[in-house]
Amino acid sequence: MDRIRAIIVKEWREVFKNKFVFFTVAFLPLMITALPLGMIYFATGSESFAGVTAADLPPQFSAMCGELSGGDCMMYYIVTQFLLLFMMIPVIIPMTIASYSIVGEKTTRTLEPLLVTPVTTLEILVGKGLAGIIPAVSATWIGYLLYAAGAHIMVDNPAVVGKLFDPLWMTAIFVVGPLLSVFGVSIAVMISSRVNDPRVAEQISGIFVLPVVGLFIGQTTGFILVNQQFILWMAGILLVLDSVLFYFAIQIFQRETILSRWK
Amino acid sequence: MMNNEPIIQIKNLSRAFGDILAVDRVSFVINPGEVFGLLGPNGAGKTTTVRMLAALLEPTSGEAYVAGFQIGKEDQKIRRKIGLLPEAPGLYDALTAEQNLAFYGAMYGVEEISRQIKHYLEFLGLWNRRHEPVATFSKGMRQKLAIARALLHEPEVLFLDEPTSGLDPQAARLVREFIAGLKGEGRTIILCTHNLEEADRLCDRVAFVNGHLVALDSPKVLRRKIFGRKVVFHLVEAKTEFTQVVEPFDFVSEVQVVENKILASVEDPEKNNPEVIRALVEEGAEIQFVGELRRRLEDVYLELMKSAEGSNNG
Repeated sequence: MDRIRAIIVKEWREVFKNKFVFFTVAFLPLMITALPLGMIYFATGSESFAGVTAADLPPQFSAMCGELSGGDCMMYYIVTQFLLLFMMIPVIIPMTIASYSIVGEKTTRTLEPLLVTPVTTLEILVGKGLAGIIPAVSATWIGYLLYAAGAHIMVDNPAVVGKLFDPLWMTAIFVVGPLLSVFGVSIAVMISSRVNDPRVAEQISGIFVLPVVGLFIGQTTGFILVNQQFILWMAGILLVLDSVLFYFAIQIFQRETILSRWK
Repeated sequence: MMNNEPIIQIKNLSRAFGDILAVDRVSFVINPGEVFGLLGPNGAGKTTTVRMLAALLEPTSGEAYVAGFQIGKEDQKIRRKIGLLPEAPGLYDALTAEQNLAFYGAMYGVEEISRQIKHYLEFLGLWNRRHEPVATFSKGMRQKLAIARALLHEPEVLFLDEPTSGLDPQAARLVREFIAGLKGEGRTIILCTHNLEEADRLCDRVAFVNGHLVALDSPKVLRRKIFGRKVVFHLVEAKTEFTQVVEPFDFVSEVQVVENKILASVEDPEKNNPEVIRALVEEGAEIQFVGELRRRLEDVYLELMKSAEGSNNG
């Protein structure tokens, strides 16, 4: 554990001195939290919700509203729209950190002295992974709590705000979020092993954020309904994907491979 | 492990990268406390050999033991016993000198890490710069810090790959003096270098490699094996007839007169010189002083590589 802790601290000391990484970690969650709060602020001031009925909303979504009135159900609809946006934080931040961390080690030739120590491959990978996952998951959770607090202040009906703490949100934030972080780190490790520029690694890794963006667009356009079942499916698929990707990441991250093939 | 057992044993060690055979059936032993030079041209397999011994690369065939542990099978144990200074220092620029060492201290599980850091930073003259980021360090300072990193866990075996490469003469001298100091501590040091003067000065034995092992012995013995021992007699005036005085001795071969000097290959100068000197004086030679012509290790290297190439071509 001492070694993993030392790797995490070292990674943070290194990567957060990079302005680009620092701004990504600091501003992405702030932006993703501020955007829905702004939307709620303007929606609560709007008169147009007064006459909204359940029939104005997608039928599957109306079923999720339970006892809520048409206006409140619309408000809950808006509040829930941003759930998938929050899911971008845990995937983008670890990708950025891991890309800079691994490619950085390659370009500055710091891997050889590290690999000659008794640290195990798993310790290196877990340390580097957690260095990306911890800030990402923390930022997601803090962003979510700020969002919930802001919604609590702005939305009159406590039942609507209460929906932010239902199993759908809890599973998404506390299960799917960390799983997405592991996904992001594994992808970044694999891509970083093949490139020599962290920006290239980040850009290629960025392709893997597109499915989350696609889901967000699908949800806002009404093609996808993000409900409890959907989130559970997402968690299950990610669990399998993470296991497979992490296995490959470990395979790629072998001392021999790193020294003889990572160029 | 018994003290008189070799600390490193290599038996027919080979390593190929695809079709290229970087190290070809190399065998030798290194004794505890020895400073051992690994010399050879670029691409001779020096770094690959060191990487295999440092448990970073697995051999394609053959076997090697470091501090009693077999490479490829007991790598974790080997890693605790060795320190490596790679060709590039590979330090974390954003971290301070102290943070760099503290990180590696954690990797090696060093107890009393603060004491060790202070000891080596003071010893290498970096203590006052310990809070400064490594990015602000000169090349020489980086190299010294990398040496401190390699020694932090007090390894039994230290691999130094081009320790003075790219350093200015002053920094290079400082590093060399430091290595000489380590030799005094009884640590085993494996030195890969292109600087043959450095190897000559520091190494107890040197191995010349060029994919395979070309020659191995102490620099002194290698010189004698290749060039014999040449004695220089400095005279007030060197007359050609003096050569006729020296040549008849059985233990003398190849006599030359160069300016006011007589150069003679003598089998055992310590034993034979008095006899030669006596004969020259009797012949009327006025001897100013007598010395041994010291061939540089570079001459040995060039001679060995030439014959190695010759045998490869032939």
